Formats: sequence, structure tokens, C-alpha cells
Amino acid sequence: MDVWHFTEMPYPHLPPVDTLSTMRVTLPSRHYDPKIGADLYNRYLDEYMIADDLGFHHMVNEHHQTATCLDVAAPLSAAILARQTRKGRICILGNPVANRGDPLRIAEEMAMIDCISRGRLDVGFVRGVPYEIFAANTNPTQTVERLWEGIDLAVRAWTSHDEPFNFEGRFTRRRLVNLWPRPYQSPHPPVWITGSSDFDSIKKAAGRGYVFATFLQPHEKVRALFDAYRSAYLDQGLPGGGGTAFMPLVFTGDSEDAAEAGARELVWYMTAKTEPQFRNPPGYVPVELNVKALQGAFSGRTDAMRAMGLEFQREQGVVMYGTPDQVAKQIRRFYDRVGGFDHLLVMLQAGFLDHARTVQSMTLFAKEVLPQIRELARTRPNNAKGAAE
Amino acid sequence: MKVSGLELEVERRGRGRPLLVLYGEEALERDAPVLAELAKDYELIIPSPPGFGTSERPDWIESPDDIAYIYLDLVETLGLRQTPTLGCSFGGWLALEMATKHDGFCSKLVLAAPYGVKIGGPADRDIQDPWNIHPGKAAELKWFDPEKGKRDFGAMPERELTVVARNNESFARFCWDPCLHNPKLKQRLHRVRVPTLFVWGEHDGIVTPDYGKAFSRMIPQARFAIVQQAGHYPHLEQPAKFLTLVQDFL
Repeated sequence: MDVWHFTEMPYPHLPPVDTLSTMRVTLPSRHYDPKIGADLYNRYLDEYMIADDLGFHHMVNEHHQTATCLDVAAPLSAAILARQTRKGRICILGNPVANRGDPLRIAEEMAMIDCISRGRLDVGFVRGVPYEIFAANTNPTQTVERLWEGIDLAVRAWTSHDEPFNFEGRFTRRRLVNLWPRPYQSPHPPVWITGSSDFDSIKKAAGRGYVFATFLQPHEKVRALFDAYRSAYLDQGLPGGGGTAFMPLVFTGDSEDAAEAGARELVWYMTAKTEPQFRNPPGYVPVELNVKALQGAFSGRTDAMRAMGLEFQREQGVVMYGTPDQVAKQIRRFYDRVGGFDHLLVMLQAGFLDHARTVQSMTLFAKEVLPQIRELARTRPNNAKGAAE
Repeated sequence: MKVSGLELEVERRGRGRPLLVLYGEEALERDAPVLAELAKDYELIIPSPPGFGTSERPDWIESPDDIAYIYLDLVETLGLRQTPTLGCSFGGWLALEMATKHDGFCSKLVLAAPYGVKIGGPADRDIQDPWNIHPGKAAELKWFDPEKGKRDFGAMPERELTVVARNNESFARFCWDPCLHNPKLKQRLHRVRVPTLFVWGEHDGIVTPDYGKAFSRMIPQARFAIVQQAGHYPHLEQPAKFLTLVQDFL
């Protein structure tokens, strides 16, 4: 199993949460102090450097118009890590291709970072979370189509080396596609996608040999998603070899009490406030789910999980915390419950968790948890080509 | 019925000469007294746009401009000529998209607070964005009496909720960006040559009466009327006043 360090680079220094109606989309930037922001950016990047020395891979993401994530351009943070780290792989999870709207510019940037890092890049593509629709003003009913047209175009651009090609698609039109540079890895870097219920996208990802990742979901749901992936997985011989990834919030402490205190700080992320109109824009989820929303049985993907307590979240695998042995046990239990998986994306930092405690938790994890889970077996292709190997 | 290869839901109701009714984004008109009253004097022809009601929504239909071509095919198929037409909110915009292309289908247009044009500059918010504002605030902007806008979704059968969810999704599909207007429409409105009545709620907070007045001035033969104690749906909040205006005009 590969383990990836992750922080969303939060800016938690806000007025009391109960005085704010939202931390996303419409929170005025007068609440952002550039000097504090500068310290935070550098601190979070320092933590990636420490993670690199400790044996973690690196995951970065981006969001927009939100205090929960100062990383507004994952290619920028990945480029910094490409130059400053030496060992770990770097996964952008991901490029919001539906919202950014220029798959070829993304493909170019990824190829450049892949070259600078000498082939350490994993390239994720994401549809974008609901509230992000508003910052990008993307039509929420078309994000899945935009995502897949963008991914397929980027991959084609990475793998076409002999002459320019023409692409007149639904969302992108270019008449001379001819990427410079080409990626360092061949045929192209591992591709990841994320999802939380769209089985069509999981099957597309699995059939193309891409990694499928899901975040902060209860184990039964993750099992259903990973089963869908495994049943459609075709090993396309890509670097990394496909597979599945899961992200929990993780805190490892010297004692149970210390670990619980750390976990309570991490769940700041889960309680981040968003006004209701930004949680489920029309068409973001299918009509059937919106029928449930009208019946009051669905209020956005992660709301129910947020409302439950820490103990429930630990039972579900969404937050993993404890002493090193306890954390290793929770990971193995989750692994067994979901039928195995390949990448553990550990959100080791969130909210107010300060530098010293982040590094402490990270170090304990690397030295005492990682050795206990590293050898967990990888996903096998559940198809003829895979079975024959 | 099948129109240009597309399955469209078309309701017909009432007796008399035909009246084409293009309902609004929430389709609240369908169960409202205003249509029940009109059905006493007219045969109402009430199509559901692609993606609304049970009408099919192919991917290529992305805007009111696209829907207008489907609707022009529809009126042709139905043989409607010189038919009075009522369009409410989003439906009013559709009626104008149709009429700018070919106004032979209608004799007169009644438009209740239509969207469709942008009047101010880039930093002006001409049309309140229903997707960006808190639902409670949106209801206040939309209704003179927000109580009237409340709907008991818990009591609705799944079939009806499916229609509500489809309508919501399709409205966003067609109108998200540019938000509730077609930048070209303003340049085409001179082509609407039939007598047109704009009816506006005095307290419409989604599109203000000033917006309505400016909009109406873009059409050569348009009149503008205000309904007191009404918001964005004057025909739903004050059906009697609205019907008086409509009957006088038609």
C-alpha cells in the first residue's frame, strides 16, 4: 500500500464560526490576512518536505473561494514539490477540468511537472465539488460530460507524438493539437479520478486503467464503489497500474487521549460551513437523488456524516485516530471491510492543527504505522488479461 | 407527441379558440386558478419544454434559443397560426425567442415577468440569480407573500417530485450561463411585431419593474402593466387582477 500525505492548506483564523453564514464561496477576503497566509503556505510546504523524508508520497488539491483551502492551483504546489522533494511521488487530485475548461493547458502543465520531477507525477482529474460550481460558474448539469471529454483529450494529447491532431469536441475545439513537452512517463503518468456515487465514471476509470479515489465516505459505501471498480478494472499497463484509493482524516498520538484531542481538531474540516444553496446545485446529482432531497432524505453528499460524532466517524473509517497500533488496526479493518485498496491518502493536517503536532502525528505514523500496512496486497485486475498474468 | 424526432408532453385543456401557454420554470401555473379560469374561454395548449414535465431532453438542447426552434416546429405541427400566447417568467422568454425568429404563430403576446435580456453593464445584476442566493431570501424576492410560494414536497408522490427535480435541473441546464438571458435577444426584439403586453408584479425582486419597463420598450408594440401586491408571479398571486388585464388586452 502507498501512503500519501495531504493537507488542504486551510486558513482557519476566522471569526467565530457561529458568526459566519458560510466559510465558502461568499466569505469576504477581508478575513484573510496575507501575512498569516504567507506563513501558512510556507509551513504547509515545509510539512510536505518533512513528509518526503519520512517516506510519504504527496497529494495536493485545489479549491476556490474558500477559507478551507488556500491551494487554488494544484499545478503550482505540485511544481514546487517537483523541484523541492526528491523521493515521494506527487499526486494532483486533482485538476478540476470541468471547471477550468482547458484540458490541453492542463495536459501541458502536467507534462512539464512530470519532466521536472523525473516521472514522479500522478495526474488526477476531478469534476469539482458542488460549491466550486459557483466560483467557476460552470453549468452544474454538464460537469460529468466536461470531465470525460477533458480527460480523454488530455490523454490523447500526451500520447500523440507524430503530428498535430484536430479536435472539435463539445466543449473544447482546437485544430492543431501538438503538445510540447511530452510527459516523462510513458505512455503517460498514472491517471486518477475521484467520485462518490457516479458508477458510470467508476467503470470508465476502471476500463481505462485509471486509479479511482474516494474521500471521507463510510466503509459500506466505499465497498460498493470499490467493488464496482474491481468488476470493471482492466489493466492497461500504465505506470502505477490502476487501483483504488481512500482518504480519511488521520491523527496518530502517543496516547489515546492525545490522539482524540488531535482528531477533534482535524474534524474542523468536516464542520466547515456552507450556505445551503451552494451544497447541491441543480443537476450536480441525478434526478433520483434530488427527489430524495425534496423528500428531506438527502441534503448534499457529506452532510449526514458531518452531523454524526467522532466515535461514529471512527467506526465508519472516515476519521482514524489512536496510538500507532490502534491506527494500524483501523486501517487494516477498513482494508478488509472494503475488499482491499491500494492507496491511503492521509489527511494529516486540517483546521487549527499546528505545525508541531502535525509533524508529531506524521512522524509517529511514518515510523510505527507505515511498516504495519505497507505490505497490504494491491488490487488484482479482475478480468481475463489480469488473471492471465 | 413527437415533434422533430423529440417526445414532447403537450397538455390540452378547455374549450374555445386556442391559447398557447408557455409556463414558468417552476411549472406552478399548471395547477393554478389562472389557467382554470382561462380554460373556460380558451382551449389551452400547454407544452412542456424539453426536460420539463415528461418531455425528452436530448443533450444538444442547451438554451432557450434551442427550445424556440423545437417550439416553432411544435406550433407548425399543431397548425397554430395567429394564436394568442401567454408566457410566464422563463416561458415568457421562450415566447420571445420564438417570436423573434418567426412571429406568425401568435396574434398577441402576454408576458408575465419574462427574463431574457441584460440591460445594465457587466457589474450590474439585472436579474437576481436564484441559484446563488439563500433559498429563504429567494422566496422573499419572488413572492409578495412568501407563504404562497411554500410547497409541501413531503406530501407529493414520487412521480410529481421527479417532475419537480427534472424541471429544476433543466432550468439550470438552459439558463445558468449566461445567467437568465441571451445576449443576442436584445438585438432581435425589433422583429416582434405583434401587440405585446408585459405584466409585472409591483414587488418583483427577481426582475424589478424598472427592468420590465426597459425590456418592454425594446418591442415596438408593447404595453406595460403593473399588478399591485404581487411579486415575480403576478398571475399566481393576483389572478383576478391579472385576468382582467389579459381579457382586456386579448
